[in-house]
Order: sequence, then structure tokens, then C-alpha cells
Amino acid sequence: MNIHEYQAKQLFRQNGVPVPDGFLAHTPTEAEFAMRRLGTEVAVVKAQVHAGGRGKAGGVKLAKSPEEARNIAEQMIGMTLVTHQTGPEGKKVHKVYVEAGSKIAKEYYLALVLDRETAGVSIMFSTEGGMDIEEVAAKTPEKIVTVHVDPTVGLQGFQTRRLCYGLNLPAAEHKELTHIVKHAYKMFVKYDYSMLEINPLVVTTDGKMFALDGKMNFDDNALYRQKDIEVMRDFQEEDERDIQASKYGLSYIGLDGTIGCLVNGAGLAMATLDIINFYGAKPANFLDVGGGASQETVTNAFKILFADKHVKGIFVNIFGGIMKCDIIANGIVAAAKELGLRVPMVVRLEGTNVEQGKDVLKNSGLNLYATSDMADGAKKIVELAK
Amino acid sequence: MAILVNTNTRVITQGITGKSGEFHTKLSHEYAPRFVGGVTPGKGGTKGILDLPIFDTVADAKAKTKCNASMIFVPPPFAADAILEAIDSEIELIICITEGIPVLDMVPVKKALERSKKSRLIGPNCPGVITPGQCKIGIMPGHIHKVGKAGIVSKSGTLTYEAVGQTTTAGIGQSSCVGIGGDPIIGTNYIDVLTMFEADPQTEGIILIGEIGGDAEIKAARFIRENIKKPVAAFIAGQTAPAGKRMGHAGAIVSGGHGTAAEKMAALEEAGVVVARSPADLASSLKIAMERKKR
Repeated sequence: MNIHEYQAKQLFRQNGVPVPDGFLAHTPTEAEFAMRRLGTEVAVVKAQVHAGGRGKAGGVKLAKSPEEARNIAEQMIGMTLVTHQTGPEGKKVHKVYVEAGSKIAKEYYLALVLDRETAGVSIMFSTEGGMDIEEVAAKTPEKIVTVHVDPTVGLQGFQTRRLCYGLNLPAAEHKELTHIVKHAYKMFVKYDYSMLEINPLVVTTDGKMFALDGKMNFDDNALYRQKDIEVMRDFQEEDERDIQASKYGLSYIGLDGTIGCLVNGAGLAMATLDIINFYGAKPANFLDVGGGASQETVTNAFKILFADKHVKGIFVNIFGGIMKCDIIANGIVAAAKELGLRVPMVVRLEGTNVEQGKDVLKNSGLNLYATSDMADGAKKIVELAK
Repeated sequence: MAILVNTNTRVITQGITGKSGEFHTKLSHEYAPRFVGGVTPGKGGTKGILDLPIFDTVADAKAKTKCNASMIFVPPPFAADAILEAIDSEIELIICITEGIPVLDMVPVKKALERSKKSRLIGPNCPGVITPGQCKIGIMPGHIHKVGKAGIVSKSGTLTYEAVGQTTTAGIGQSSCVGIGGDPIIGTNYIDVLTMFEADPQTEGIILIGEIGGDAEIKAARFIRENIKKPVAAFIAGQTAPAGKRMGHAGAIVSGGHGTAAEKMAALEEAGVVVARSPADLASSLKIAMERKKR
């Protein structure tokens, strides 16, 4: 789950990581009032969208007066921001964050990420902030220092010292960096993060250190015990199809092709996208209907596929283990009868109760192509959906 | 011979009275009668599915049934604790089916496994392990399997069934199939299973099924080059997955350009593995690999 910058800053504020003052604004008037409240000479008006690269796309602008803040907000709110991370369709800006401007002397980088290898939390610090960390890792890896924290032991003093001394940070900055690292680590564990990135971690001309931006990803598996984080979810930032799917408890990701997919099991669902691609078409979605899906779940899954205007054909690829082929078949028939089958459909069934499943499809009278062979099914749907 | 599970395996189910636990205990026992009891705190002293005895704790179950394996069907908020209990009771083989365990909960589990000299964990978020004809622990459909010579190791359940279906049809059959699971932190990795297959006389060829996210398959490729003489075929799911999205499995994210299918496929090919481009070519790729090794 992702959150907005203003929510990330809120979390930092509540958990002892220093951030500049700032206020959320939904209208130009609110933006003007926000800057008045800040009382600073300069403020930054930042578009709040779930994507990076806002600056280059015109989503981050300096205001030298409350009136200017108002004008910038007027232009930004309602605009569609296209960055290198949003895709060509861009994201609509619904709100902006008005933040106190700072006199930046240095830009550092700090990130905490769950490390599969060590089964712990890796903390990375670099003096090369404000830029693409992948580039730094590739060109000047000696400018990044990493420590691995064992969560059962906790963050140790020698580890924060390694971060400070590793890149010869001025002594005056050690205390602040240590404070920020300690609190960021506490947050990581407290809120079940999968990744917490501060880029840039800024040092001002008067020596203050704070997080100028925060990118936060949370462990979806832990949301059941993170209600405070769960409520931060912004449905406006998500693909409508994805939202509808999650209401039905489906594991679904909207893509931009024309072949709708319904599969059981994440690995097979990913492989189904691959085989469609292999035969020359593009999938419209990833969908794992899971092992225990009921007839209702399957019908709901079809509703989403049928409602997707891009879909020119549907490929059902089932290898039933827990999932029974006759359940899927009943779901297909129920959905097709309720909604009408307006595009070609190929159904590949194999596994538990396959014969019963095939019978259900045969007796339904529906016009669909049934097969047990995955390659045959994929080739067929690509052909039918042209 | 096969690996991990066989006719001497004695299994208990943790979470035996839950809907899934009960259902899969029944199907697995019907495939091969290896189940000896179950654990549900509070229901000790009663009988469960198939009249199996239920115990309040794993320690009690072990003392009374002499079990050497556990199948865990406990819900996510309590599953890590169930694994820790099994480790503490020195259960040799722990297979955790549960999907959705918070990643940070698996950290103390990993540490406990490192300290334990007795227990091996498979999973979590895995379909389980099967040695056709001898023992099935998990949710895989038993009837598609055939006793044979392909060892299959995979992160995905249903893709494993594809490999099984194809190798059964091709007459190759399977020695053992191991689902290592799709979570970021797991108990047993590819290298562990490859080592076991290499030492197993019944396994003549290996199919490795991977997916996007992390670099376990790349480490496996290096290991294969140095240590595996038997023929290996592989498939990596997610060649067409978009960056930054979690494709179902918690571990399946391509982030920062790392963990892509392309990288993994290249590394495996360099190690002499026959890499299938389509999921329909798993058995045929293994055949090619086996033919190559003969020459």
C-alpha cells in the first residue's frame, strides 16, 4: 500500500523524524491560507499524487507570497500530471501540500528496506541525495554505506556510528543523523514497513537536518494490524478496476492490453500473462481468483472483466488443486447468463473435477471454446480477440 | 528414494479443526495414510476428521503420536507462533501453507530455525511437498502425479501442477515436488532443495520454477553451475509483469529494476539450464536438458 507525501510527513512528525512545517490544501484559498500560517518567505507547493518525478513534470513550484501560492494551486489542482512514473495517461491532482521553504545546504539519502537475505532491515545512507540512488549505486558505490539490523536484537549504537563515520560526516551532523535513523527504524518496525525512503534528507544552511520527502511502502500482509495506516489508503489514486476487485476480495491488477484473464494461483496467473504475450497479444489484467473462491467470487471476477472496455477476449486458465473445475464452470455460466457474453471466451480447465467442469460448460449452451491444453487455449484466444 | 517425505513420515496438522486444515488433512490422508493427529488449542482430547486425535499443544502431540512432520493451516495472525511452537518441539519437517503472514513476523522464525539443529521449514505461503505414491503434505491434487524421475522445485503452486501434469503426460513422472512458497522470507530455498535432488538416486532431472522479485533464482543459477550435474530445466513467471506491482505473491515485486524475469532467465541459461519461454514447455524443456546431458 502506498501513501501521499503529506501523510508520510504526518507520520514522520508523529514519530520524531523532523520535517518542515506544511499544510494540506484542497483549494487555492486553502493554499493561500496555508502559506500565511507558515509565515515563511518562501513556500513550496507540491502536487499530491502517488508517483515520483513530480518536479520535472511541473508538480513542484516555489511561491514567494500567499497570493502566488494561491495562483500555483489554482493551476495545479485539477491538472493531469504526467511523470516518468505515471504512464502516459498521467494522474489527476486533487490536492497540494504547501510546505515551508528551506535554505538547503546539502542533500543526503536514507532508506530502510526489508532484506530477504539477512531476514532483517537494511539501512542505507549516502551523501549523494536528491538524485537517482540506482545511479549512485552503479557509478559511485563507495558513497553508500549500509548496515544490516537484526530486528530480534534491535538497532545498535555501533551501527549508527558506522553510518556517521562511514562517509566522514562532519561531527556536527552526527547527533541529528543518529536521531533520525533511530526514529525511522522504530517507525519501520512499528508500522510494518516494507520500505521507507527519505530522498533527500536535507541539511539546511543553519545546520538543521530533516526529511524533505518520504516514500513509504507498507507490508500489505500486516494491514490487518495497522488500522491507522489502512485508513490512509487513497482510492482516488488507484485504478478503478483494482478498487472494485479489492472490494470483492480479488487479487487483481489492471493492465492495458485486450485479453482479460481469470486464473487460479499467482504463479500461473503471471505465467498466463507471459503466454499471451508469447503468442503476440497483451493481457488486460492480472487476476488470481485463489484456491477457495466461491461461485460468487468467480461471478464477481467476471463482472470486472466484462465491464472492462478494453477487453476483446477472455482467457480462463484453471489448474484446479483446491479450486474445483466445476465451481469455476458454474461461475462462468452464471456470470455469462447474468451479464451476457459479448466477447469471445476460451476456457482451459485441468485438475480437480475437470470432467464435471467440462460437462457444465458443454450443457450450458454458451458459445465458448473449451480445452485442456494451455498453449492451445492461449493461441486460440489471441486469434479470436483480433 | 525421493526427498523430504516418504512412507515413514508421520504428520500432524496444526489447525486441524479449521475448514481448510480439515479438508486438506482428509484429502492428503486419503492419498497416502501418513497423518497421525492434529493440534488445536482448547480441543485437546477430542477426535477430529478421520477420527484423528487432537491435542492442545505440539509437544503433547509429539509425545503421544511420535510425529516427525507438521502441516500448518493456522490463520496469518497466529501462524508464525505456530511455526515457532513446532520448532520448539523439535518437529523435523514443518510445512506452513498459510498465506498472508506479516513479513516482520517471519524474522524471529528465521532466527529460531538457524539456532535449531533439528527443524526444517518449508514455506510459508506454499502448496506443500509430495512424494508421489508415498506421502502428500499440502494442497496439491494428488491424482495428477505419477511416480517417476523429475524433481520439481517451485515458488508457485499452480505452476507446479502444470509441470506435474506435463511430466506425467510425457511419462517422466516425479520423484518429489517441493513448493518453497512465494513470500519474501521463507524457510527453505532453491539451493537447499537442489542439493537434496542432486543426492537423490530417484531424481534424474530437475525442473525449477521461479518468478519475479528478489534474487533467489540468480543464486540458484550460480549454485547449479558449480554443484549440479543432473539436467535442469526452468521457467520464470512474470516476464511481462509491470514494475512496482505486487503480482499476487508478497515476494513478487520487481523493484528498482532488480528481480526481473529477464535477469533470472539469462543467469540460468549461462549456468547450462534449459529455460522455457512458455509455461506450456516445462516437460519438453526437461527432455531437452536430459538429452543434452546424455551426449
